[in-house]
Amino acid sequence: MAEMKTAAYLCKGCEIDKRVNVAALAKIATKEGKMALVREHDFLCSADGVALIQNDIDNEGVTHVALGACSRRAKTEAFNFPTVALSRGNLREGVIWIRPDTPDAQETTQEMAEDYVRMMCAEVKTMQVPAGNQKTGTIKTILVVGGGVSGMTAALEASKAGYKVVLIEKAAALGGWAAKLHKRVPTREPFKSPEDNGVADMAARIDADANIKVYLNATIAKTSGSPGRFKIDIAIESGSVVTEDVGAIIQATGFTLYDANKLPHLGYGKSPNVVDQAGLEALAKEAAASGKPICRPSDGQPVKSVVFVQCAGQRDASGEHLQYCSGYCCNVSIKQATYFKDSNPDIDTVVLFTDLRTPGNGEDFYRSAQNRGVIFSKGVVSEVTANGNTCTVQFKDLILNEDTAAEADLVVLATGSVPTSGPELEALADAKRAAESGTEETKNVVLQMMDKSVLNLDYRQGPDIPHFKHGFNDSHFICFPYETRRTGIYAAGPVRRPMDILQAQEDATGAAMKAIQAVENAGLGKAAHPRAGDLSFPTARLEGCTQCKRCTVECPFGAIDEDEKRFPLFNESRCRRCGTCMGACPVRVISFENYSVNTVGMQIKAVDMPDEFSEKPRILILACENDAYPALDMAGMNRNAYDPFVRVIPVRCLGSVNTIWITDALNSGYDGVMLMGCKHGDEYQCHFVKGSELGRYRMSKVYDTLKGMNLEIDRLMDMEVAITDMDTLPGKINAYAEQIKAMGPSPFKGL
Amino acid sequence: MARKEYAFYPGCSSQKGASASNYLVSVESMCKTLDIKMTEIPDWNCCGASVSYAESGELPRHVMNARNFALSEQNLPGQTIVATCAACWLGARESKERLEHSSGLMADTQAALKEAGLNIKVIPEIKHMVEVLIEDLGYDELKKPVKKPLDGMKFAGYVGCQTNRPFGIANESFENPMYLDRLIETVGGEAVPYDQKVTCCGGALAFSEPEKAQAQIKDIIESAYDSGAEMLVTPCPLCQANTEVYQGQINKKYGTKFNMPVLYYSQLMTLAYGGSAKEAGLKGNVIRATKLEQFAG
Amino acid sequence: MSNLNEQMADRYKNNFLKEIEEQAEMGEWVKMCMQCGLCSGSCPTHFHSGWDHPPQEIFMLIRAGKREEVLNSQGMYMCTSCYNCYVRCPRKVPVTHVMHGIAEYAYRIGRAPKAQPTLHLSKTFWTNATKYGRVNEVQLTQSLYFKDGIGSGIKKAMEMQKEALGLVMAGRLNPMEALGMGHKCKDVSGIHKMLAKAEELEAKNKAAKADTAGKE
Repeated sequence: MAEMKTAAYLCKGCEIDKRVNVAALAKIATKEGKMALVREHDFLCSADGVALIQNDIDNEGVTHVALGACSRRAKTEAFNFPTVALSRGNLREGVIWIRPDTPDAQETTQEMAEDYVRMMCAEVKTMQVPAGNQKTGTIKTILVVGGGVSGMTAALEASKAGYKVVLIEKAAALGGWAAKLHKRVPTREPFKSPEDNGVADMAARIDADANIKVYLNATIAKTSGSPGRFKIDIAIESGSVVTEDVGAIIQATGFTLYDANKLPHLGYGKSPNVVDQAGLEALAKEAAASGKPICRPSDGQPVKSVVFVQCAGQRDASGEHLQYCSGYCCNVSIKQATYFKDSNPDIDTVVLFTDLRTPGNGEDFYRSAQNRGVIFSKGVVSEVTANGNTCTVQFKDLILNEDTAAEADLVVLATGSVPTSGPELEALADAKRAAESGTEETKNVVLQMMDKSVLNLDYRQGPDIPHFKHGFNDSHFICFPYETRRTGIYAAGPVRRPMDILQAQEDATGAAMKAIQAVENAGLGKAAHPRAGDLSFPTARLEGCTQCKRCTVECPFGAIDEDEKRFPLFNESRCRRCGTCMGACPVRVISFENYSVNTVGMQIKAVDMPDEFSEKPRILILACENDAYPALDMAGMNRNAYDPFVRVIPVRCLGSVNTIWITDALNSGYDGVMLMGCKHGDEYQCHFVKGSELGRYRMSKVYDTLKGMNLEIDRLMDMEVAITDMDTLPGKINAYAEQIKAMGPSPFKGL
Repeated sequence: MARKEYAFYPGCSSQKGASASNYLVSVESMCKTLDIKMTEIPDWNCCGASVSYAESGELPRHVMNARNFALSEQNLPGQTIVATCAACWLGARESKERLEHSSGLMADTQAALKEAGLNIKVIPEIKHMVEVLIEDLGYDELKKPVKKPLDGMKFAGYVGCQTNRPFGIANESFENPMYLDRLIETVGGEAVPYDQKVTCCGGALAFSEPEKAQAQIKDIIESAYDSGAEMLVTPCPLCQANTEVYQGQINKKYGTKFNMPVLYYSQLMTLAYGGSAKEAGLKGNVIRATKLEQFAG
Repeated sequence: MSNLNEQMADRYKNNFLKEIEEQAEMGEWVKMCMQCGLCSGSCPTHFHSGWDHPPQEIFMLIRAGKREEVLNSQGMYMCTSCYNCYVRCPRKVPVTHVMHGIAEYAYRIGRAPKAQPTLHLSKTFWTNATKYGRVNEVQLTQSLYFKDGIGSGIKKAMEMQKEALGLVMAGRLNPMEALGMGHKCKDVSGIHKMLAKAEELEAKNKAAKADTAGKE
């Protein structure tokens, strides 16, 4: 490796030189930053400025570049020097744009800029150029699990984009639930009439597609490997196992209907004339095949009146049944009501609902059903009783506020969907622990749970994708749909949230695109979303490792296994580069080439620390680079000023924050530390799903340390920041700064 | 020749000696200044108003309006019908819309008109006087003749219902129409913002359900008072009558001391154009607008 | 008139929704209501006494087939024709007209509530307006005041005496109208013939629909 040669470049453009003394900054870069080469430039991101840097790299042997200019988020195309280590000092968005241009502010503004120059110099010296993941897998085939509409769509879309597909379906034919539909909800203008379910056409296209290999009556016996080189053992009908090599996986395993047998009070099982939505589709298919109207199962007489009961066992606040809305059932009941009205307008067709929810263009379809004379009543059904060939539906009319009843030949229950998402991993882990030295019974529990496994991953972290709420697969539903917590495995369709066919098709298309990105990035040794293209990956100094397993347990993406000696074994291509392992490591042996305990630690130490009499406190802000740091940049773009005593260091995720940074900062005289990370919990927005939650959990331990150091706990402040907070963030920083000033200087200052 | 000519449909309340005759007087003065010629549709009849719904049925109501269309087109061909009353305008526009969208209704209407020796070839355009002012002339033109701006006077522009809903004035919102405020400002007055600008005065229910209507009227006047308005201004004869005439009853019932004059926009304009108290029909206000009488000199 | 009521109920075989759709003006919109309640919340007479069923409930009652409850309701007559519900309805249901239509139908078949003051006003107004082609405001007022008999009428007239005197003084009420000397159209007989024809056609149209329904 070439000898390290450092260089600092200070930009004078964008009025930086009007607001701060750039010559003084250059002096600091030389004397304190110890940069071998220091240059100032009027307009660094211009072709001329970029050429200057490139020339130094090419001809002066510069290997480490520190740029004092704009935010690291700006001008990334111009400042793209992949062969050298690069740090950025944020003099524009981070200093001159967030400070007032007044004589009073001049001194503190200059001090701020000087510190950022010190920090960028300190950082770059601890960085290395990432070499990229060498253990790459180059397989581009995409596995689709599930042959329903979602799976078929994903397969067709991936194939259209030129990728080979392996499609596995556990049933004997493609089509899933959609194949059982007499018709589907309209998808085209004017959204008035049900359409053909479309399954035959899709299945024929798959049959004719040379890129798509289909396994029917097949399940996955084992999944091993990582993006770019997954190995899939497929159990096929004959009982034998075949192995396929794939680069990425789309899980489109869909749903099953909520079991209507759990709803005896709604008459299911008590009368054959009470059916669920699938039961009605079967009746409609049968009727269409025989050319007869839809008939009552009890005596085969044509149905003259039908009541649809919405939210049957759904949106149940008691917790006994499904607590959520399945999203598609209102449109389906509207559709099924048109089966009756279109065959005979005189059939009494009543839909009892509490809130009619019609996603997509369902509102048009809803109106068309009203126009056909379908009666929609706001009511809650309490009981359905059978009396001979008819049923009585007892319900409370919510508009007229009265208990009333309707007679019907047929009652259709909208029971909603339950995802086919595999076992819940924590419950499985608990069951496994219970079975370790336990009875046959406890072992059977594990077997039953494993029987539900879809992927059978051989990962340390469990056989399937973690769940979110209500048994749906976690797929970052707020910000990045399809992204599961297993890199290279994407969830699509109603397995990740309730949805209808049209949404599932859109979902499958998106997941196919993500799978394609994953195989391409894996082949290049690059990270997948959200640090797409990142070449760094974590390494551990194993001689210092205590085998505590925190990294393997905490990794949100199941990237770390254990080797035979129980040391962490990194699967680089499963890694998302969030640094949660680095933050977790109590002995600090995990690092990235360009992001480590040192790269941040040295910045913390580089800041000039005024003494306790200066009345110049120092507040460290560790800001998540995904939301908080851009929000701070935007505050700068809007020229919203904030306190000059803060020093901001971006971090990859709150999960990557190692507690040593906090204790080091407080020990070295900082008066306060602010952590800015994304929302966690049920409505998490953390780009790494669990990172901010784990980071916050760790910080809660630091409060004990603070007490041990005899420091006020308010010297550490944890703040949830979303990207939309750019207007309120400066105010919050200022409020904290006032709090710190009121508290007085840290007793550790100057020690 | 006048710069604009229209077929005038004054309606039952705005004819001479009727409850909104002062509206008529001020409209005539205003139109004279603005050089607008209004020719009364010969032998026009009542629009039926909204409240006749139960007795009139559908076809007879449209037929009444259709008779006016036929008379207008026959005697004043090509001219737009202009109504000053909100209900007349609404009734006529509604009939025009329905007749133009239903050939069956139109055929029946023609059959009925034939009994009176009339028929419809084309249904004329129908405008409210306010539309003539702001669409055909525009605020700039309305401002030009202002000789005596109503400086320092505070008005609550009471738009009410039927010039506002369901048709409304083009480009105005149903919830907060601004045209009346702009008319007030055009003649130099101050339009105070207040809550009850589009609250219903009770309409015809002032007769049949006086307590309900008076409760609404009280809300309107109270809100105008609280917002600092000295006078109410309206574009509708029924709004004018209801909000003015019942103030005494409301005072008796609620112990209030309302005494707020209620003017037509056309009265303000006439005065700002230099017209006399008589030309503005100020004498026709039951609650005398003393401030304006003094202003008119 | 109750004959007509029974005829209609019979013809429509208790399918009240269909009855309203065919017999009430704009009745075909009833089925399009989505029960959001914006009409009820927008009504200025909301929460006043007598408002037994707001529009949202009227729609629901019709669909639930509660014929008597709808036809007897006071709710429709609370309409001031302010059109708030009409412009706010997210389904573009012309609620104002539907209310008028149902009220008119209830009255036509003799099922409207007795002594309904707004219904009385409606009758009085139309009769007054069509007698001479234009409204005679004095006679209109008189007949409204005296609807409950002479005593009550005098009391009301006395209460409003000050207001009436104000209007007379302001030149806005012509006492001569009381004697039939007021406003009138020239071609009164033409108007009467025209209206007679319109009533005849309307009755014929509605009866034809009911007959078709009855034969189904």
